[in-house]
Amino acid sequence: MIVVAAVAVVLPFAAAFVGMLFGHTASHLLSPLARRLRAPKPGTARRGALVLARRMPANGPALIAVLPVAASTVLTAVLAADQLRSPGTHVGTLTRIPTGTVPIALSLHVDGLASVVAFLVCCVALAVQVYSVAYMRDDPRYSSYAAFVSLFTAAMLLVVLSGDLLVLYAGWEVMGICSYFLIGHYWHDRATSRAAVKAFLVTRLGDVGFLFGIFVLGMAAHSFELRVVLGRLPLMSHTALLAGTLLLLCGVAGKSAQFPLHTWLPDAMAGPTPISALIHAATMVAAGVYVVARLYPAFWFAPTSLAVLGVIAAISMLGAALAALAQDDLKRVLAYSTISQLAYMAAGLAVGTRDGAVFHLLAHGAFKALLFLGAGCVIVTVGSNMMSAMGGLRLAMPVTFWSMTVGFAALAGIPPASGFFSKDTILSQAWQATHRTRSPAFHSYAYTPVRRLGPVHPPRGNGVVDSEGYSFALRHIVHGAPPAIPSWVAWLVLVTGLATAVVTAAYATRTWLVTFFGEKRSDFRPREAAPLMSWPVAVLAVPSLLLGFVGPFSERLRPEWGMAVVSLLCAAAGAGGVYLVWNNDPALDPVRLLGPLRPVLRAAFYVDTAYDVAIVRPVRALARLVVRADARIVDAGVEGSGRGARRLGGLLRATENGNAQAYVSGLFAGMVLIVIAVVVLT
Amino acid sequence: MHLVYPVVIAALLFAVGMYGVLARRNAILVLMSVELMLNAVNLNLVVFDMRWADRLHGGQVLTLFVIVLAAAEVGIGLALVLLIYRNRRTVDVDRLRALAEGDPDPDLDVGAMTDDEGTRR
Repeated sequence: MIVVAAVAVVLPFAAAFVGMLFGHTASHLLSPLARRLRAPKPGTARRGALVLARRMPANGPALIAVLPVAASTVLTAVLAADQLRSPGTHVGTLTRIPTGTVPIALSLHVDGLASVVAFLVCCVALAVQVYSVAYMRDDPRYSSYAAFVSLFTAAMLLVVLSGDLLVLYAGWEVMGICSYFLIGHYWHDRATSRAAVKAFLVTRLGDVGFLFGIFVLGMAAHSFELRVVLGRLPLMSHTALLAGTLLLLCGVAGKSAQFPLHTWLPDAMAGPTPISALIHAATMVAAGVYVVARLYPAFWFAPTSLAVLGVIAAISMLGAALAALAQDDLKRVLAYSTISQLAYMAAGLAVGTRDGAVFHLLAHGAFKALLFLGAGCVIVTVGSNMMSAMGGLRLAMPVTFWSMTVGFAALAGIPPASGFFSKDTILSQAWQATHRTRSPAFHSYAYTPVRRLGPVHPPRGNGVVDSEGYSFALRHIVHGAPPAIPSWVAWLVLVTGLATAVVTAAYATRTWLVTFFGEKRSDFRPREAAPLMSWPVAVLAVPSLLLGFVGPFSERLRPEWGMAVVSLLCAAAGAGGVYLVWNNDPALDPVRLLGPLRPVLRAAFYVDTAYDVAIVRPVRALARLVVRADARIVDAGVEGSGRGARRLGGLLRATENGNAQAYVSGLFAGMVLIVIAVVVLT
Repeated sequence: MHLVYPVVIAALLFAVGMYGVLARRNAILVLMSVELMLNAVNLNLVVFDMRWADRLHGGQVLTLFVIVLAAAEVGIGLALVLLIYRNRRTVDVDRLRALAEGDPDPDLDVGAMTDDEGTRR
């Protein structure tokens, strides 16, 4: 299994390098073959798909990008199927790199969580790569684009499957740089390159905390290996756990775009639409949530961190949903909705349902990728991102319309789409968390006098896992002993979760209605997008619709019908309200009812402006000051000494006029002086 | 003969030569003045050889060497002067200033700022 996982990671990585170096060469090599294939055979119906299939072999970068990801998808499907048949943890270590203190292990760690998320990543990446072949067809830099997507896929798989925290961090950073390059794909546009820099800087701010969180946990466990770290959690001091998990939360907030560090995500929509689907909706932003799920036992032992996570999630959830309601740019609506949905996952983790959060992560990955790719189809057809230019696309784009309908239903939590089940799991868990005191399991382990007074065992060598602690962590965390978060956090999560359900349904309905119904609002020719673009959208609609039915058949994800009815009523209230407003006058945008609130929501509560005033401008002023000091003081000193030396040299230079006789005169005068000195002094 | 006469004559010869080297503008006359200085030294060598009555007559031998060297040196010197005349059409040492650097310009470092075509970057 480990070998399968390793090959799944390495394949897209190799594809990235080969695609970057030899993409166009491959096109040249393949062109004779392609020409032969393209020659129409007599008696063959020239259907669209066949024409495309014939055109494919000439596109070297596309082949190099798509085939390895397809292979990785198959391999991760094998991993996931194996975990389904016989759940267990496989750890394989290639080598340990000695660092002087704590070694770094090049290892992979495959368990149920990792294999399922890896499968999701590969599926979305495959859909996006196929979609990009058509979407980026006329782009001169498609080759490097596809290579970066491959590199991103490899890095995400490394994050998901890594068995060592520092190796995980390496993948985490490679994802960050790929995100930067891909947001800035149209770098010649000033706004785009600024968005790329902003995304890079804001996530980097979180990543610093993340790295130090890894250090704290790794030093406390005397190992960076995931299994060892989790196994030694009960031996760590409470301070180390709390500091480590809080620092990890910085990185999580940065990568998953949660409240204080969320501002980069809406701007990141300046990149190509498939990138928004892959990186900024379905996979990379889910990495933060995934890491919390991966290290959930650590958070379980530090309930304060989970409470912080819950508060952050509550703020992000409702704020982002409200901001999504007032946006006009279709992609920004989806971006804010991504922040809001990621906050649902974080909230699920905070109230103690790791499985619910991962369930929502999978469902969200499917339906948000679907929504973004569908939005890409719409944008290509309309030629604008603005919803004020769309409308009336329902009949002209049937595939996109029906797929996106499923996606919006999943987003709003309308049964039977997947979002309903996954969101309900989180909300019902929050309801349970509101009326329970500290978990007995936590007391029995964390507060027993034996543990408090007993000696802390020194680490027993690097390979040895503290099996007692590991099995304890697994027994209680996986089997649902909830962490001991304060009940007010659970109430906060529950109330904002329900309020967000209303707003989510409202903005999903509004976007759906404004985009696909009514009259068309600008001059464009409505038609379905290219088959290579609409098919991945249609394929993604299947899991978006059906993935939720895992819930009722699973022991720990079974929906609670009381909460389901409440959340369904919330969703119906939001959707119905918007529908009534829209039905009055289908030509107008239903958000007009928000009145004076609309610009506030549209600017996302002016958080960006606040950051601009509080951080960006002072930093720029400081930078200008530094530049001036550099020019006036440091440079002036350096240049002044140079100029002084030159002037002194000018004095000497006057004697060197090129007249040999003057030189000889000097020589003679010097000799006379020496002779006189010798005579006088002796 | 008193030692003072030849020594004074040698000193005078050297002074005349020195004056010629420092003051004449014609390169050929400068060369001739150098010869005068050399011969002043030769005179001294011979005089002191006689005065100390050296068995090996080292002073006289050295004088012969100096005469040979002076011949060679004059040959090279005249060749240089000829070449300079061919190139510059002048043998005026005041106008042969190629030893000096060009006009100093404090803001322009010519060598570093031009590329192969000699254009300013």
